Amino acid sequence: MKKLVILGAGTGGTIMANKMRKELARDEWDITIIDKYKTHYYQPGFLFIPFGMYKKRDVIKPKADFIPYGVELIYADIDKVDGENNKVLLQDGVVLNYDYLIIATGTKIVPEETPGLKGELWRKNIFDYYTIEGSSALADFFKTWEGGDLVLNIAENPIKCPVAPLEFVMFADAFFVERGMRDKVNIHYVTPMSGAFTKPRASKVLGGLLKEKNINIIPDFYIEKVDNENKKIVSYDEKEVPFDCLVTIPVHMGDSMIGRSGLGDDMDFALTDKFTLQSDKFDNIFIIGDAANLPTSKAGSVVHFSAEIVFENMMCSIEGRPYTAKFDGHSNCYIETGFGKGALIDFNYDTEPLPGFFPFPGIGPFGLLKETRMNHYGKLLFRWIYWHILLKGKEMPISAHMTMAGKKTHDI
Amino acid sequence: MAEKTYAGVTVNMDDEGYMTDASQWTKEVAAEIAKEDGLDLTDKHFDVLEFIREKVSSGATLTIRAIGKSGHTDIKGFYKLFPGAPLKKATKFAGVPKPSSCV
Ligand SMILES: Cc1cc2nc3c(=O)[nH]c(=O)nc-3n(C[C@H](O)[C@H](O)[C@H](O)COP(=O)(O)OP(=O)(O)OC[C@H]3O[C@@H](n4cnc5c(N)ncnc54)[C@H](O)[C@@H]3O)c2cc1C
Repeated sequence: MKKLVILGAGTGGTIMANKMRKELARDEWDITIIDKYKTHYYQPGFLFIPFGMYKKRDVIKPKADFIPYGVELIYADIDKVDGENNKVLLQDGVVLNYDYLIIATGTKIVPEETPGLKGELWRKNIFDYYTIEGSSALADFFKTWEGGDLVLNIAENPIKCPVAPLEFVMFADAFFVERGMRDKVNIHYVTPMSGAFTKPRASKVLGGLLKEKNINIIPDFYIEKVDNENKKIVSYDEKEVPFDCLVTIPVHMGDSMIGRSGLGDDMDFALTDKFTLQSDKFDNIFIIGDAANLPTSKAGSVVHFSAEIVFENMMCSIEGRPYTAKFDGHSNCYIETGFGKGALIDFNYDTEPLPGFFPFPGIGPFGLLKETRMNHYGKLLFRWIYWHILLKGKEMPISAHMTMAGKKTHDI
Repeated sequence: MAEKTYAGVTVNMDDEGYMTDASQWTKEVAAEIAKEDGLDLTDKHFDVLEFIREKVSSGATLTIRAIGKSGHTDIKGFYKLFPGAPLKKATKFAGVPKPSSCV
């Protein structure tokens, strides 16, 4: 029997388990998937929790529900990969052999990287919303908060879903308007980038939206530490921003397992060929999702598009054919802008987000790089699509490769 | 796209003043570009610039954190060397593309 092992049963690992089990004959291939946790989180839902729009129960399901019959699911902490000998070592001492390996261990926040972040104010006045614990604690805090300086800070790039911080401040604006206390809350968007967003046109449009909503952008702020005593964040060049409530997007890193296996960069992201999605180190290791060091967004949509590439190239490799699939970095993100509206961006390695219509030129139904009600429904619908279509590796009517159809390239 | 001459060398630049061909880079070119931004480059600056050029040519993504861990300088020192927006300035002087902290 040949063996395929998948590390991580989150978005990417689950999709690949479904796709590969359908393709590989059961009497020739064993498939095993490993994760340390039993619960699958719908992570995009974490954004909605602080504002009482979703509850914990809306974003969790058992991982096992999404792993197909014929795939062995092991709950264990992965220690490391021994690529020379095609082995995976688990923390409990178990050793697994593989012919092919897929790494899908994602990325996690590491607040410990910023001194003072996990100090005495952690989860009292300082919150993250990239974990279920953080977003739930923030929901409780907002219930009785009387206002002051609400500071959102991005510690470092890359982060998961780079638009999520923008969505957070726009949701916060709407939330406090609806509670009749917007005049008591100053919202600050503090980022190490030089604007609301990196890519020029999107930055212009999104930056404009923040201004309209009276959200103060503080760019080029690279946090060094949190001063818990005086409630302020301090940058490396000694700028200070005081807060009453700090919402942090901490430093993100890949799992330390990748570092221990010698497969990663200095942030433990796996070194990955950006076109084939193969490990730079070993031909029989593929990487999918947030764990890869690719120059595109760490987002569920990217995971979805790259799943088709990993699938095709792995089949080429197994069958001894040259690779036929080449990833273009395609990413597609709905952006909640508050008050029942949303925006949408669609881009890849080479093309920045442009205005226009998606997926059908001139028709939509979704509008690119502009605020519409339809885009908001798109995002809400995404949760249903995620559980019922995406994780199961089913086809969606959107191409893995980005298309220029419907995009306007002239200036806006 | 524009062509400009620094220290007698013609270099190609994008709209934001980043060199588009790393092979046109020399220390003298770097020094003149930095002068335009009001900065005099010292050996300490060049040490960091060389590190950045190596990192980029090996295909690695560049972050302030990585430079801080490089052993050439720490993050505070990096800010002192290139005040304001160190990564943007240092990459500009190193003749490599502006780091696209990716979306
Ligand atoms: C607040 C927020 C909002 C977001 N919004 C959007 C959005 O609107 N649109 C969008 O497309 N994406 C969004 N995302 C991003 C999206 O959720 C992720 O990009 C996607 O889930 C990544 O999938 P993955 O398979 O790479 O990693 P994950 O789904 O995170 O899975 C990694 C798995 O690996 C396991 N693992 C890691 N290390 C080990 C180990 N050593 N041993 C055992 N198991 C291990 C983990 O337990 C986990 O189950 C958002 C994310 C957040 C946090």
